[in-house]
Amino acid sequence: MSSISESMTRDHRACDERFAAAEAAAAKGDWLRAASDFAAYRAAMERHFTVEEETLFPAFERHTGMTAGPTEVMRAEHGEMRDLFERLAAAATAHDADEFLGLAETLNLLMQQHNMKEEQVLYALMDESLGGEADSLLAALAH
Amino acid sequence: MHPAGLTLEQAPPIAVPFRFFLTAPVFLLAAAALLAWNGAETFDARATPAALAVTHLITLGYMAMVMLGAMLQILPVLAGAPVPAARFVAATSHALLVVGTAALAGGFAFGEPVFTKLGAGTLGAAFVAFLAAVAVALTRAAVRSATVIGMTLAAVALALTVILGLVLAAMHGWGVAPPSFAIRELHPAWGLAGWTGLLVAGVAYQVVPMFQMTPPYPPAMTRWFPAAVFALLTAWSFAIWHGDVPTLAATLAVFLAGGYIAFALTTLVLQTRRRRRVPDATLAFWQLGMASIAIAAALWCVRAVRPEAPDALDLMIGILAIGGGAVSVIAGMLYKIVPFLGWFHLQASIGPKGAPHMKKFLGDSPQQLHVRVHLVAVAFLAAAAWWPRPLVYIAAAALGASALVQLRNLALAARFYRAELARAA
Repeated sequence: MSSISESMTRDHRACDERFAAAEAAAAKGDWLRAASDFAAYRAAMERHFTVEEETLFPAFERHTGMTAGPTEVMRAEHGEMRDLFERLAAAATAHDADEFLGLAETLNLLMQQHNMKEEQVLYALMDESLGGEADSLLAALAH
Repeated sequence: MHPAGLTLEQAPPIAVPFRFFLTAPVFLLAAAALLAWNGAETFDARATPAALAVTHLITLGYMAMVMLGAMLQILPVLAGAPVPAARFVAATSHALLVVGTAALAGGFAFGEPVFTKLGAGTLGAAFVAFLAAVAVALTRAAVRSATVIGMTLAAVALALTVILGLVLAAMHGWGVAPPSFAIRELHPAWGLAGWTGLLVAGVAYQVVPMFQMTPPYPPAMTRWFPAAVFALLTAWSFAIWHGDVPTLAATLAVFLAGGYIAFALTTLVLQTRRRRRVPDATLAFWQLGMASIAIAAALWCVRAVRPEAPDALDLMIGILAIGGGAVSVIAGMLYKIVPFLGWFHLQASIGPKGAPHMKKFLGDSPQQLHVRVHLVAVAFLAAAAWWPRPLVYIAAAALGASALVQLRNLALAARFYRAELARAA
């Protein structure tokens, strides 16, 4: 059994890999590759968000009674990232490198500071409160 | 664990960090002007009054200015530790830091004890206000992570630097003899190898992997570096204070410097293994900063084992650690922090249709210009430590140009933010 922290952190890094691949392809002007790498990245992020929003966050909220606390902020940041996914997809379709790379830079910082808050604070709290149920809670992450 | 205090929000309003960030290059410009005004005499000895004035304009007016603003911003994010009364603490410590830095530098430059006294008093108050707020935030931190421990040690090192600085100010301003002249060595060591180095390392562990997607630092380094540096610095301080154990002091200094060389080289190696390959001024500034820190630390080893080395060596260590190391890293960080915070706050006002992306705030080429100008400034400053007669004026002009380019770049980003905010309203 691995902890919530370890599994979710590993998934963050896997998403990062896909992000870097899409960005590198766009920087080279290989839009076919950029579009498919970006789609793979976006799908991986959506799967990660789903595990959090539908399983981990509700379990944490039930356990701690905090519904308006950290999980609310994390959900709001998921929304901001989804807005950027939409704009990145449009930039890839339009083959607009400046727009794509500027949005990618912005998304990277938003995503990394979001991940940092989860990895350093929220997942650590989840390991404390939900550690025993980690395997069943993380079942949807298996892929 | 205090989950009740946990919000994970980007808590402070944008004005909290920005007032610090936009003031900093003005002090760098003042340092360059003072260097040009005093000319080659500045580098006649290890600590001429003019060199002390220039140094404090940079360490207080530029480095501490940005580090305080960034820490008020980053503590809630990194540690889940909201800073109490952030807006008030920011306004107070910023105003006191501006007045205190100008007064202290004036005291050194013009030999006026009244300015030194005013500077010491206001700077003491600025750091008390800041450190009290940070102490409250850190004790409220949701998790005792390595980052929180690193920030705590950095804050303690800052407190010691301030106390040692006030003792020295009592000598300069009031004529009170310090308990030991070792304090003249301890004050810069705690300021650079303590507060600045621990904060840079603590930030590096977080941001180097995330900005360029490098592999993480070795866990042994992230876990032990802050405690080891702090312990070595403490032991070295006692050895220097004692005065009769030169071999022990030199050995401890070499280990301490070795720690910083290892940190800087590790960072450079990790950056060669980065996954993100797009051109980036922040990366270039970090590379310049890490190379400078590694060389400064190596030269400090030389100084530790060769006490008879010329004063120019001390000047060069200071120039590389401050101008090449801290100033470069800070400049690189600002080019991520300022556009990101601008985007983040604009996004909150504009909503789903979306704020302009970060590179609209400031493009790559103005940032790359700053990298090149600053590299020239560091090279000429380091050379001027040895050959001040012809080179100090070129070094001062290059440093002034670096400050002006940065001021223009940050002002462009701030102006873009205000224009977009007005358009959205």
